[in-house]
Formats: sequence, C-alpha cells, structure tokens
Amino acid sequence: MKKIKVNEKWCLACHLCEYYCAFANSGKGDMVKALQNRKIFPRITVEENDKISLAVPCRHCDDAPCVKACISSALSVDSDGLVQINKDKCVSCFTCVLVCPYGALSPGEDGVMQKCELCQTNGQQEPACVAGCPNRAIEYKEAAE
Amino acid sequence: MSKYVIIGNSAAAVGCVEGIRSVDKTGKITLITNEPHHTYSRPLISYLLLGKTDRERMKYRPDDFYEKNNCDILFGKTAVAVSAAAKKILLDDDNTVQFEKLLVATGSVPFVPPMEGLDSVNKKCSFMSLSDAEKLQSFINKDSEVLIIGAGLIGLKCAEGILNSVKKITVVDLADRILASILDKEGAAKVQKHLEEKGVSFILGDSAAKFTENSALLKSGKEVPFDALVLAVGVRPNISLIKDADGDIRKGIVTDDHCKTSLDNIYAAGDCSESFDITSAESKVLALLPNAYSQGFVAGKNMAGEETLYISAMPMNAIGFFGLHMITAGSYVGEVIDASDNETYKKFFVKDGCLKGYIIIGDVSRAGIYTSLIKEQVPLDTIDFELIKRKPQLMAFAKTERDLRVNKAFL
Ligand SMILES: Cc1cc2nc3c(=O)[nH]c(=O)nc-3n(C[C@H](O)[C@H](O)[C@H](O)COP(=O)(O)OP(=O)(O)OC[C@H]3O[C@@H](n4cnc5c(N)ncnc54)[C@H](O)[C@@H]3O)c2cc1C
Repeated sequence: MKKIKVNEKWCLACHLCEYYCAFANSGKGDMVKALQNRKIFPRITVEENDKISLAVPCRHCDDAPCVKACISSALSVDSDGLVQINKDKCVSCFTCVLVCPYGALSPGEDGVMQKCELCQTNGQQEPACVAGCPNRAIEYKEAAE
Repeated sequence: MSKYVIIGNSAAAVGCVEGIRSVDKTGKITLITNEPHHTYSRPLISYLLLGKTDRERMKYRPDDFYEKNNCDILFGKTAVAVSAAAKKILLDDDNTVQFEKLLVATGSVPFVPPMEGLDSVNKKCSFMSLSDAEKLQSFINKDSEVLIIGAGLIGLKCAEGILNSVKKITVVDLADRILASILDKEGAAKVQKHLEEKGVSFILGDSAAKFTENSALLKSGKEVPFDALVLAVGVRPNISLIKDADGDIRKGIVTDDHCKTSLDNIYAAGDCSESFDITSAESKVLALLPNAYSQGFVAGKNMAGEETLYISAMPMNAIGFFGLHMITAGSYVGEVIDASDNETYKKFFVKDGCLKGYIIIGDVSRAGIYTSLIKEQVPLDTIDFELIKRKPQLMAFAKTERDLRVNKAFL
C-alpha cells in the first residue's frame, strides 16, 4: 500500500503539514475559517529543535499495536492495511497512546482519539499534508511492506 | 468435531480466533462461554454506566464475527472439567466437547475474602461483567449511598461510572493508598486528591470487619451506612480447569513462550495465565486487555501450526478518571528519575542503562515512545535521554536510527 515517506533532510519545520491536516479533517470549506485563531488538532506531528526537524505521521504498521491493544475495538485495519478509528466506539482510554511507538494517536478537539487515515476517509484524493508540503519532506509512495 | 476449542469469549478468546484464522482459514472453531452475551469489551462496563457507550457500541467484535470466522459458540455453558488424555471437555449440562487443540481463556474471578455478615447484605455485587453492571444499575438511584470495597482500578472505574448517578460514594481499602498496583505513593496521592475534588470519599488503611444489611463496621470502629455495596477487593486468575487436570499452575496457569500449558495440546491466554514480564524477568499474571488479546493471538497461531513466540510482555496501563489521564508501564526498579513539571507528574525508572518503567499522570501524549524504549530495551546512552525525558520524541534517537524507525516500511 501507499504510505507517507519522511524525508527529514528536506523538512523546513514550517508546520504546514499540520495545518493542511487539520483543515482537511475539519469538514470546512474555507481554510481561514477552519483554522484562524484556533488551537489546531493535526494528526501529524512536526518535531523540531534548532538542528533537527521531521514530520511524524502514523506508519500504518503491519502488526499495528494500537489495533491489538484497543480495549473498545474502535481501531481496526482494513484489507489494504489502512489503520482506522471508529470515533463512535472510542472511549478515550488512551491505551493506543500507551502502545504506539510513533506517538501517532492523540485526542481531537472533541476529546476523542483521532489518527491519520491517509486522507482515505475524509474525501481527499491523497494526503493533504503531502500535497501541502512545500519541500517534499513528506511523500506519498508505495511502501515495501 | 471442532479442530479448535476455546473456553472463554472475551479478549484472549477473540485474539485466539484471529490468530488461528491468520494461519488456518477453515478449521472449525468452537467457543464455550458461561456468559449469555455476544463478545463485549469488559473494561467498558464502567463507561456503559457513565453513558459513554452502549450495549451495541461496546461489542468487542461485530455481530457477524462468529459467522465470518466459521465459529460455533455455546452461550451460557460452563466447562467443568478438561481431560488432556481424552481431548475432551465436560460441560455443566453433562455434554462433552472434543478438541484437537484447546485454549483456556477463562479470565479472572473476583476475590472476596470472608467477611462477617456479608450474607445479610442484599444489594451487593462485584464489578467484573456486563451482568454485574446491570445489577448495580438496578440497585442505585440519585439518592443512593454506595460503598465500594477496593481502591484498585476496578473499584475506582466503578466509582467514576456511577458518581453522577448517586448521592455518595465511599471507597474503603486496606492499603494506605489508592491504585497501589500501578502508582507510587506520591502519584497515588495526586490522583486521590483529584477524585476527592470530584466528590469521591476515601477511607484508607482500613477494612470492613462486619456487615449488616445496610451498614459496614470497619476495623477502626467507623461505621459506613450504604444502600448498595460493590466488592472490588481484587481478582484471581481462574485456573481451576487446569489445576484439576494436574497442569502446572503458580498464581496463574503456567505457560511457555508459545502460550502452551504443561498439558498436551492445551494452551492458555489472558487473565487466567502468567506471562513473562521482560521488565522484571519474572513470570506474572498481567491482567490487562492488550496482553490478553496478544497472548490469545499468539496461542492461536501456534495452535494452527505456525510457530510464534510470545516474548515481549510487560505490565502497562492507560487509565483516566474524570479527565485526569495516567499511563504507566514496566517495573518500578532501579534509579528513579523525576521529570515532573507543574502540570504533569512523571517518573522514570532506569536500571542497567535501560528504561524499565515509567509513571505519567497528566499530559500523557505520545507516551508510547517511552513504552518502546522499555520494550526494545534501548540503551539510554544511544539516545538523547535529557531531551526525551522532557517530551517523548523520535528526535532523541540518532539520525540513522530515527530514519530507520520512521521509514521502516520503505526499506
Ligand atoms: C471494570 C473493569 C475495568 C477494566 N479496565 C481495563 C482497562 O482499562 N485496561 C485494560 O487493559 N484492562 C482492563 N480491565 C481488565 C480486562 O478486562 C481483562 O484483562 C480482560 O478482559 C481479560 O480478558 P480474558 O479474555 O483473559 O478474560 P475475561 O475477559 O475475564 O473473560 C473470560 C471469560 O471466560 C468465561 N469463563 C470463565 N470460566 C469459564 C468456564 N469454565 N466455562 C465457560 N466460560 C468460562 C467468563 O465468564 C468470561 O466471559 C478491566 C476489567 C474490569 C472488570
């Protein structure tokens, strides 16, 4: 399946991926209205200090520990390998946060857990973070595993 | 005859079905459960009372799970004896079930120490099952005073579930602190204060000496009146089937790294069994849902003939009460490193140059990065520990290592 490849050396720490992610999942048509003067809840995290920066999205692990650990079976993996969350079933116990080695799940604005679904479930063509990255620091590519 | 038989229908059992089906798509599976319900998430019973989930949403797998996985399920039947030699299970209705491979996934049973006068209490229950939750619901109303014996995970989750539906909750525990199995003293005090602010009363270092129908007399001489009593003192692994069949048991059913018991063709997984805890190098009962599922999954693969090891277990917990979240993992051994700040209580436990455990109360975001340090026993001198101590982040790994981690799927 296609996943997001992280090219750390190209990352400018501009955080645009986080904004595009939050916008794509906001259900709103206007980016300014969706994000201006609001705390955003992106599903991708940019880590940075004065020397390093890199974007960390969900890796859609083959053997996804979050899916196995989920106490409410809100997390599942489809036949293509896409790890998804059914927010309706989630009770925000944070067990997925306990087991994810990438720190890729976090509560959304509503307090319910959310995660990157590669923009396959929100009506986008390809991940909005990738489309919005000005420097190809993240790419949407066929993965080996 | 079923090729595979599973006693139990909860997390470990479901893990086993999915483990078997990842190897063998057709071999018939039979599940036996003494509960009357479709498989449900046991930890969600408190969220059910809280109104955060419902009977439909708390199902652990969809309605067509058994059918899709070619499983027969016997509801409301108790397995009373197992014979490894005859490959046979005896049920409480005197029927027998034959197996080629068996998984015992019988979970825990509530532990109720003998207490004088308990029989005279009419409105009492444990808090272990959907039926318990329904029973408790029928006992309480907005004027009820509820006494919970046990300030562990189950007792306190119960308190959270019903606090807003009753008048008063008192929690009594023999230990001098709450959540003694997962928190240190300081952390426990913090969480206790939070629960008290929400309205839960605690009497710690005390225990019930005697009950009458609506009142408990404590050892200290205090008297606590109640309308309903919840017994959440503790749980014990449900080992009786294997014990009676002369299989090896300690606290829980002893299993090897393939999740097999000492009896031929019989496996065990979940709360009834022990797992090898890599952080203490001891075999332990890890009564946690993620452990039950994974152990069941590995057992299932082995039962279906694909050799698989279960070798990276450890205690770990994510739990929250009224918006205060905490995540804990591993063993609290070795050097203690306090990385708390104003908002968040955070302790690390380091031994032999590796992280062995941690406690975080408050901002638990991305804590799984810490869990992975324990699980993989990453030598802390190979990462920027000062950086990661403050906040979990992949940047703390050396450049090539973090690239390997994030881009594993592309190698
Ligand atoms: C209130 C509560 C909250 C919890 N919260 C959490 C949490 O937040 N996180 C977490 O990780 N864990 C939590 N747990 C623990 C978690 O529920 C267990 O670890 C998990 O359910 C274990 O799964 P299991 O399959 O081993 O056994 P169980 O879920 O105990 O299931 C065993 C099943 O086998 C059946 N059975 C037993 N003996 C027989 C027999 N002889 N014949 C037929 N059937 C039999 C039982 O009736 C039961 O249905 C909680 C538990 C409770 C009670």
